[in-house]
Amino acid sequence: MSIIKNINKIFNNRVRLGIMSALMVNENVDFNTLKELLDVTDGNLASHIKALEKLDYILIMKSFIGKKTNTKYSITKLGELEFKKHISALEKLISQQK
Amino acid sequence: MSEKDYLQDITEIKNIMNKSSRFLSLSGLSGILAGIYALVGAYFARVLLLTANYDQYSYTLSETNIEYKIIGIALAVALLSIITGYILTRNKAKKQNVKIWDTTTKRLLFNFLVPLATGGIFGLIILSQGIFLYIAPVTLIFYGLALFSASKYTIGNVKYLGIVEIILGLFALYFIGYGFYFWVIGFGVFHIIYGAIMYFTLERE
Repeated sequence: MSIIKNINKIFNNRVRLGIMSALMVNENVDFNTLKELLDVTDGNLASHIKALEKLDYILIMKSFIGKKTNTKYSITKLGELEFKKHISALEKLISQQK
Repeated sequence: MSEKDYLQDITEIKNIMNKSSRFLSLSGLSGILAGIYALVGAYFARVLLLTANYDQYSYTLSETNIEYKIIGIALAVALLSIITGYILTRNKAKKQNVKIWDTTTKRLLFNFLVPLATGGIFGLIILSQGIFLYIAPVTLIFYGLALFSASKYTIGNVKYLGIVEIILGLFALYFIGYGFYFWVIGFGVFHIIYGAIMYFTLERE
């Protein structure tokens, strides 16, 4: 089954799915906005971000606003491609089961 | 994963995409009220114009004063609409438990204000040159462009309201001299129709 192959196990987690969704439609999103959006703890979010970064699905950009660090995230071409594949696989599975 | 999980995932994706990129708390009711203010303002302007015709023969100066009074009414209508819009939107945001001032609001306002401010300055310049005739088309066209540009960052059919206002503005330019009626339609009638559609399709729960 080729559809099942396109289902990306990485995105089976709600937080990772949420991070990718937010980054798909925004040029970049900062840590606190993601935290609020997904309603998760700092540690939880950070670990999922790390996992996605390791796969080169997202990019981390650190900058400073005054003395505070401001970390922003954006999606990579690879991440976009993988996420789109995942979404269309989900849609196909749903329409098949109907 | 079962079918329900897949569906849930798709719903979650859509939800996060909307929440992170669009401002969702615009109030349709404020559109209706803005339209009503515009109609009331138009009524006062009409009364002013009619009484002006009575003492046509007295002073030419009072004639130009009338135009400034009408612009004053238009500004009052705009200000009242903004205040109402802000209060109703704030209340709706509170009810939905979202912050009114976040990235989505900033983006929405920025994309709305750039064309609008351009139109405002454009209007002031042609006013200062005494070209009153072009005020209605200019305000309608730039207002439409502002809505169109902001529409990507909010829900509802703001895009179509924008397009309709632009077309109306172009008509007002072609049928120059009937600006008053085009203003009434664009800022009064269209706002009420748009607000009502939004209120009944998106807000009634």
